[in-house]
Formats: sequence, C-alpha cells, structure tokens
Amino acid sequence: MTITETPTETAPVRDRVRAPKRGFQWDGGTILAIVIGFAGVVLTLGPILYLIIGGFRNQQQLSADPAGLPSPWLFDNYVGILSDGLFWRQLINSTLVAFGTTAGVVLFGTMAAYPLARYSFRGREAIYVLFTTGLMFPLTVAILPLYQLLKSLDLIGSLWGLVVPQIAFALPITVIIMRPFLQALPKELEEASFVDGLTRVGFFYHMVLPLARPGMVTVGVLAFIGSWNAYLLPLLLLTGDPKGMTLPLGITTFQGQHAADITAIMAYTSLSMIPALIFFLFMERRIVDGLTGAVKG
Amino acid sequence: MTALEASGSGEGPVAAAKAAGAGPKPLSPYSSHRRDTARKWIEILVFVGPAVALFLTFVIYPVASAARFSLYKWNGIKQFSEAEFIGFENYARALWGGNDPATKDAFMSSYTEPFWTAVGHNMLIVVLSMAIQLPLALLVALTLNRKFPMRNGVRLIIFAPYVLSEVIAGIMWLIIFDPNGIATQLSEATGFPKPAGGWFEDTTWGIWTVFFIVTWKYLGLAIILFLAGLSGVPQELQEAASIDGASWWQVQRRINIPLIGPTIRIWAFLSIIGSIQLFDMVWVLNRGGTVGQYSTIATFMMQVGYFRKDVGFGSAVAVIMFALSFVVAIAYMLLILRKDNSDNKVEA
Repeated sequence: MTITETPTETAPVRDRVRAPKRGFQWDGGTILAIVIGFAGVVLTLGPILYLIIGGFRNQQQLSADPAGLPSPWLFDNYVGILSDGLFWRQLINSTLVAFGTTAGVVLFGTMAAYPLARYSFRGREAIYVLFTTGLMFPLTVAILPLYQLLKSLDLIGSLWGLVVPQIAFALPITVIIMRPFLQALPKELEEASFVDGLTRVGFFYHMVLPLARPGMVTVGVLAFIGSWNAYLLPLLLLTGDPKGMTLPLGITTFQGQHAADITAIMAYTSLSMIPALIFFLFMERRIVDGLTGAVKG
Repeated sequence: MTALEASGSGEGPVAAAKAAGAGPKPLSPYSSHRRDTARKWIEILVFVGPAVALFLTFVIYPVASAARFSLYKWNGIKQFSEAEFIGFENYARALWGGNDPATKDAFMSSYTEPFWTAVGHNMLIVVLSMAIQLPLALLVALTLNRKFPMRNGVRLIIFAPYVLSEVIAGIMWLIIFDPNGIATQLSEATGFPKPAGGWFEDTTWGIWTVFFIVTWKYLGLAIILFLAGLSGVPQELQEAASIDGASWWQVQRRINIPLIGPTIRIWAFLSIIGSIQLFDMVWVLNRGGTVGQYSTIATFMMQVGYFRKDVGFGSAVAVIMFALSFVVAIAYMLLILRKDNSDNKVEA
C-alpha cells in the first residue's frame, strides 16, 4: 500500500483521483486526513478481521473472552468447512449463477441497445421508455408473483430459476448505460464499414462488440456483484437441500444449523468473503467507474 | 428513409429523423429498398426481441400480477381462479384495519399496527441517512480530498464493505452484537451505554443498531462517490479562493460542496429509495427482530405474503411500497433533481 502511481489508460475518472508521487504538504489538513483515513480503515477492517480471527478459535475460547485472540490458534473450523464439500458446492453454484447472469445481461442488453442506439424505427423510443420504467420496479415488489410464476414454470430449486429473472431485472440499467455508449460510435465508422461490404449485423459483430467492451465490462461487473450478493430470490427458490444453494443463502442456513457454534459461523462467513474481496481488488476501478457513471448518467 | 441514423448528441429523435429524411440518399449495404426494410425489421426483432421478452415475462408481468393479486384473498396454494375478489380490502386492512367490523380488530393488532410500525422504521432510516450519513460522508470526503500518504489504500479499504453482501455484513454484526459478544464486553469495559433491552431486542434502540450496520456497509460508497465528484472540481478555483484569504471551510462551503451538489443529490435519491426497499440485511438480523423491533416494509411483506401465505395482503403491501418509492422518486425528481437536469443540458 504505497502511493506508487500505476499508469492507467482506460479510466479517466480514476486518473484524476490518483495522487502524484510526491508533494504532500505537511500541514494540519494532511495530518487530519491521515487521522480520519486511519479511523476509517480501522472501523472498516476491524470487524472483518475480528470475524476471520474468530474462525481460528473455538466456542470455549470465545465464551471465555469475546475480545481475545486465539490461544492456541485452531484450524478445525476452517479445515472442517473446506474439506466438507458443501462450501465448495455453494461456491460453484454462486459462480455459475453469477457468470450465467452476467453473460446473459451483457449479451441481451448489448444486443437490445444496438438497434435502440443506431437504428431508426417506429416504436424505438417506446421500447427504450419501457426499459427505463423497469428501474422503478425492484425485485422486492415483484417477488411474490414471481415466485408463483417460477413455480408454474417448474423452476423452483433450479439455478436457472435464479439466472433468468436476475437477467431480466438487470436489463434496464444495462440498456440505459449501453445505449449512449453505442450512440457515441462515430457515424463515419459505420459508413466506412458498409463501403467495405459489412452488413449491419456484421458491423455489430466486428465493430460494435470490440469497441463497446469497456461499457460491457462496466455493466457486467455491476451485474456480477448483484448476482453474487443476491439473497431474496434464492431465499424463496433454493429451499431444501443446502447443496443446491448459493453462498449467501448457504451462510444463513449454516448459521441456523450451527447456532451454538459461533466460531464455525465466523469461519464460514470469512471464507465466503474471500471471492468477493478478490474480485473487488481486481475490479475496484471498474466498479467505481460503473457507479460514478451510473450516478452521473 | 435511412436504415441507420446518425445519433447526434443532444438531438431529439424527431430532429434526427427529419434530418435523415431530408438528407441525400444514404449509403446502405443493401440494394433493394423493400428488402432492406424487411430485413431491418427482422434484425430489430432478433436483437431487441430476447431482452423485451425476458423483461416483459419476468419483470412487467409479475409487477402487474402483484397489482392483481392485491385485490384478492388468496393463499398462493390453491388455484388463483378460486381466489375470492375483495376489491381494495387488503389495502384498507393494511392502512386502517379494513372495512369489515367483524375482522377489523384482529387486523388492527396483527396486520395494521405491524404495517405502520414497519413504515415508521423505513422512514426513520431515511431520515437518519440524511441527517447522519450525509454530513458524515461529506466531511470525510472533504477531509480526504487531498494528497496524503497511502491515500489509494485508504480509499480502497473504506470502499470495500460495499462489495460484501448484506448477508455477510448482517451475520458479522449479529455475532459482534451477540448478548455475550465483543460489543457487550467492550461496552462494559469502557462504560459506553448499551441499550437496556439488548443491542437488537431493545424496542427503541434496536433500529439504531440496524442503522449503524447499514451505515457501516454503505458509508464507503457515499464517500467514494463524493470523492469522485470532488476530483472533478477545478483545482484553480480552490487555489484562487485560498489566495484571496478564504479559510478551508469557506472553500468547502462556497466552492466544493455546491459544485458536487448533483452527485450529493443523486446519492441522496438512491439512498432514499434503497432505505424504503431495505430487506436482505434486516431479514438476516432475525427477520426484523423477535417482535419486529426493526421490521421494514419488505420484511413485513415477506412475513405475511410468504410465510403466513397471505399472498393477496402481501401483494397489497408490495404495491404500497412501490407507490411510496414512486411518489418519493417523482417528487424528488420534480423538486430537487430538475435543476440538475436542466444544468446538464446547458453543459452538453
């Protein structure tokens, strides 16, 4: 965590945020920033570290001194969870659902945004407005009828029952972010492609998809996080066998079954944090860009 | 008519279409005009069709169904065709106990009062977010908006809770605020007051514990958004003001805060809507409390609509929640965001 500047070529927002290598003014404001920043780091990391370290203790240690360190450090909780298979099954389920949702959102969202951005046809604005109204309908409002619908489609207990509605609910924000992105591609590029014999579909495949990749990554990252953290829909759909659950539901189910063994819950929750945190470390800039883009757009 | 139009920035569709119609014969990859038109429509269907079909089936249809279910007495198990149509009685039951004197009292105690309690909790979280989270995030962002050692690392860590799920955050704090947990121990060691009824169980302060956890999870997002906004404020403005003798606070109040106004207002908008629809974390925290000490509209809807199998009543609650978000959203856009939008147009 030094302040080494990494050159960035794709993220103009963050370029401006990053500090140059030197030039701190050691005045009161800088000291205050360090103090506030340090306090923020402690308040953020403290609970997370407490959870991770707690996983290395057993229930007796925790009851004797809730704030203490492990003595001795015990690996039973973590080893037990990692060797059981249930955690891995749920990890795989979450991964499949998140990748399925992301792929569907990016594919169908970009496809829909293309004619809405670059074709001129009757009803175009009506379709666009239809998608924008979708922003106002959260999953919470639709959940009871959606459950009935998925039941009649025999999708209860199936990961597809999770993926398909998640794609549908992520489409509005995707279309709204992608349309201006595709509109910004220069007209000359299109004309030159047609002169070279590309069809409109060929133009989409050979030109739009590569050029729109930054936008697709942004909407994909947001869809991935949304799917990875989703709880309400799995809560209704994936009841029954814990092997068929995604991680968030798996955690609460594990918590219910091991209510007396809090340190095991701490270990389970800590382990399920790791994929999200790794994803975050690699994608942090994309997430910030996506969120600031969504807020400004 | 051109198959493809120049999507000019700022131009409305009407203007663009007019320009396209009046322009010279455009370049087209197809020779025959009629075949071109037919083919264009097939392309549109193939490209837009899947998204529209998914959206109509899994978003619009369920939302419309919620509105329809809300007019019936239905347990979600028997066929919907056998459900009893009761008009707006479900809404009446939620809002004032219903119009039927025979059932009114029972509904008052088991449905109407919990409903209003939940609405009150959502409103409290909205108010606390604006009164506590907003100034706190703004002050932190303004303080951190300068060069200092390890700045990027600090920002990265502060933002991290945003990507953790509400479930993880909820379980984590549930353990920390366990009656025999570390929070209780720290409170006894430091003398920091602890709610008399327990961190979560206390009927007055339980909702504050939940608000604290929501703040832990989402304050970083606000700080990062505000910092991104501040990075767009020209450095020269602040330097010029400082040279003219403006104090740090004067620079913030007269320059920085007004200039990131649009970011603050959008954040506030998203925060309000999110507070009204809060579910995951509260559900993880003992489903809104053992006796609903911090229930929200969404957790109440799930209790009645899914676990008590009163789908009709639950749907009415869902529609009320939607109506509340909708009214707030429209009012906020008209009263507060309208200025920003017109500003943007001038900018563009």
